[in-house]
Amino acid sequence: MFMKPMFRFVPDGTKIRFMNGRFAGLIVSAVLSTASVILFFYPGLNLGLDFRGGVVLQVETPQAANFAALRTALAQAGLSDAALQSFGQGGTGVLISLESRQNANETQSAITEVESALAKAAPGAKILSTQAVGASVSNQLFAQGLEALGLSFVMILGYIWFRFEWQFAVGAVTTLILDTTKTIGFMVVTRIPFDLVTIAAILTIIGYSTNDKVVVYDRVRENLRKYKTMKLRELIDQSINETLNRTLGTSGTVFLAALPLALFGGSALAGFAWIMLFGIIVGTSSSIFIAAPILLLLGENRLRRGSVAPKPR
Amino acid sequence: MLYFSRAKTIGILLICALGLLLSLPNLSRRPAFLPGFMPWNQVHLGLDLSGGSYLLLQIDFSAVEKQDLNAMVDQARQAMRGQTLGYTGLQTDVPENRVAVHLLNASELPAAEAALNKLVTYAPGASAPNFDVSADGDDTVDLTIPRAELAARETQAVQQSITIIQRRIDGSGVLNPSIARQGLDQIVVQLPGVSDPDRIRALIGTTAHMTFQMVDETAPPGPVAPLGDEALPMADNPQQTMDVSTDVAVDGDDLNSAQATTDPQTGQWVVNFSLNSVGAREFGDVTSANVGKLFAIVLDGKIIEAPVIRVPITDGAAVISGNFTAQSATDLALLLRAGALPAPLNIVEEQSVGPELGADAIRDGALSLAAGFVLVLAFMALFYGLFGWFANLALVMNLIIMLAILSIMGATLTLPGMAGILLTLGMSVDANILINERVREEQRAGRKPLAALEAGYKRAYGTIIDSNVTTLLAHITLFIFGSPPVRGFAVTICVGIISTLFTATVLVRLITSRWYIARRPASLPV
Repeated sequence: MFMKPMFRFVPDGTKIRFMNGRFAGLIVSAVLSTASVILFFYPGLNLGLDFRGGVVLQVETPQAANFAALRTALAQAGLSDAALQSFGQGGTGVLISLESRQNANETQSAITEVESALAKAAPGAKILSTQAVGASVSNQLFAQGLEALGLSFVMILGYIWFRFEWQFAVGAVTTLILDTTKTIGFMVVTRIPFDLVTIAAILTIIGYSTNDKVVVYDRVRENLRKYKTMKLRELIDQSINETLNRTLGTSGTVFLAALPLALFGGSALAGFAWIMLFGIIVGTSSSIFIAAPILLLLGENRLRRGSVAPKPR
Repeated sequence: MLYFSRAKTIGILLICALGLLLSLPNLSRRPAFLPGFMPWNQVHLGLDLSGGSYLLLQIDFSAVEKQDLNAMVDQARQAMRGQTLGYTGLQTDVPENRVAVHLLNASELPAAEAALNKLVTYAPGASAPNFDVSADGDDTVDLTIPRAELAARETQAVQQSITIIQRRIDGSGVLNPSIARQGLDQIVVQLPGVSDPDRIRALIGTTAHMTFQMVDETAPPGPVAPLGDEALPMADNPQQTMDVSTDVAVDGDDLNSAQATTDPQTGQWVVNFSLNSVGAREFGDVTSANVGKLFAIVLDGKIIEAPVIRVPITDGAAVISGNFTAQSATDLALLLRAGALPAPLNIVEEQSVGPELGADAIRDGALSLAAGFVLVLAFMALFYGLFGWFANLALVMNLIIMLAILSIMGATLTLPGMAGILLTLGMSVDANILINERVREEQRAGRKPLAALEAGYKRAYGTIIDSNVTTLLAHITLFIFGSPPVRGFAVTICVGIISTLFTATVLVRLITSRWYIARRPASLPV
């Protein structure tokens, strides 16, 4: 059973002229990334608790929750900033979120007030979880995270430069930055909260995307040695076609791994998984339509000595 | 390609066996028959899976520094008085970690410097003194705590705090707590399965510094305490204050033990305590000299009670009777036994998850993770047939080895963490896809099976190494410079890459070569 391969994505000897779409790819990418940067500033990311600070209580009421009564009880307790949200099936789950408090003591007293307001408005309600984060920690985390990300890009730049040529390094890192901005834009549009879990998803995506670019570039480097006179444009097209089955195979497996999480994984995993799905599509297509065209533009007359007239000696 | 030395084959199989062995503990509890020296490392389940409490505490060093500076002021005052040197003021400057001694006569500056220099000491093993003495202008001498000494004290304060929190939590009956330093001044406390976070919060958040101070009964009533006194609030009625002497008669550090019991006469809960020999002597002296006067028992700046001293207490054993319940008396005794925290701790982040949460969420998460894994296996089998199954075998081994490494590190797994591992596995088959595509290309180019395998593996290795090393370097950078949660994630990815490099290349190659030797096929099924 299953001894032989059952299918291929593209037949052997496929020759799609990807580089014909190089300007279209770059323009679409530039527009999407610019839009993402604008979205990042306005309306901005939906910051999760980790970065916004505040208090979130997950509550389960014995019967379907009476939101009006809960709201009144919370307002009477002086918690005018309390926001209510339903979760789960059956209407018995309520998320109560409060804004960040001045200090630990006020946070504690706010939690106690919520508890007593709950006891009044919905007797028998159970508090499933409490989470409180001070706002001061988050800024520090955010700045440190960005700095670390920047340094890791520098590391990638350095390694690819060392192993390939500078054109490859610049192409890969530029594409990675474009990929990351698009992922941020996706999070703004879908309102997926930006927290430590989704940061992990973004880092996984960057890892995946880097991998994908290096594989395509590796084939370009190999073909540069193999075909001394082929035009760089044809050579890049051929390299992409030769690696196309592997590109689609790898992105396919990762996509399949993430798909059930996005569809059925529940709130804990859905945000993470949707970012992964988006990132796989962006990361795979950017290897072909962004990273390769950048290489073509930067390397046209430098990497490919055969394409220009040889200098007289 | 085909040749694996006996030692190499055994090595590869040993690594697999070791991975299997080290990941086994995750399947059950530690068996009772296992001797104590045998390791039994498991991955910890995160709060979202096990329920419990998580607290991120930040140490308030400024309180320690203030206390140190006040002690320096006392020392400086005594030294100046001992040499009958006049001074107009002793000024503490907390941000600069400095005490300034302003002299009455500028001519006495050298003498004052000499007198203060005698106070400089080196703690055993310390590279910096307790403070530096330097002249500041004509009539001022500065005592400054050196940076190195300050850092050493902060480290000590964190370690001491961890020890004390550990003692307090152990005393409260919570099982398997995890208490660890994070960054410079933070402590992470994780308590699986704790159902009453309020109590833990009180146990951890209390400094529990106890002192005994004489009440100044001659002080005039009013909000302002006379010189040498301080107005402290009553613990059970903060509006009411009492003037007590700032001189600490006996310090709670000299406490030997404390127990909660009931008073046989009144049936009320009380806390019995006894002092060590130093404390008992001081306690005896003070109580002998002040029979009939009021004596305040102060905890963290609040007066618990102020009883009248009836008879001198010379054996160092006494009773505190506030308005205690069974719980509050037990907790106070525990706090006193565990010792005072060197500095106040602020709770900056907390999370608690009740046991009811998430049976549904966990089931959904687990099922979708399993579905994702099965889909990856099915895809590889359909896409590559036999070679896909080889890759799948390696994939399962990869999961086992990752689990083994994470168990040794005592890593904490949350649902999102598991999703991260699943996706790492999904990406790990990339190495096998690269190899199989290469072998296929070589075969199509007309090579014989063995030559195709040979060339395919050799060429794919270059690509695999470059792509994985790039990702590895990026995540090592994230680990070095990232904040703690990012670091944890980066470690998981790095573990995944290294384990992938082993299973997807070395292990699969061994399996493929064994298969080839056994079958000698005329063509490869790729």
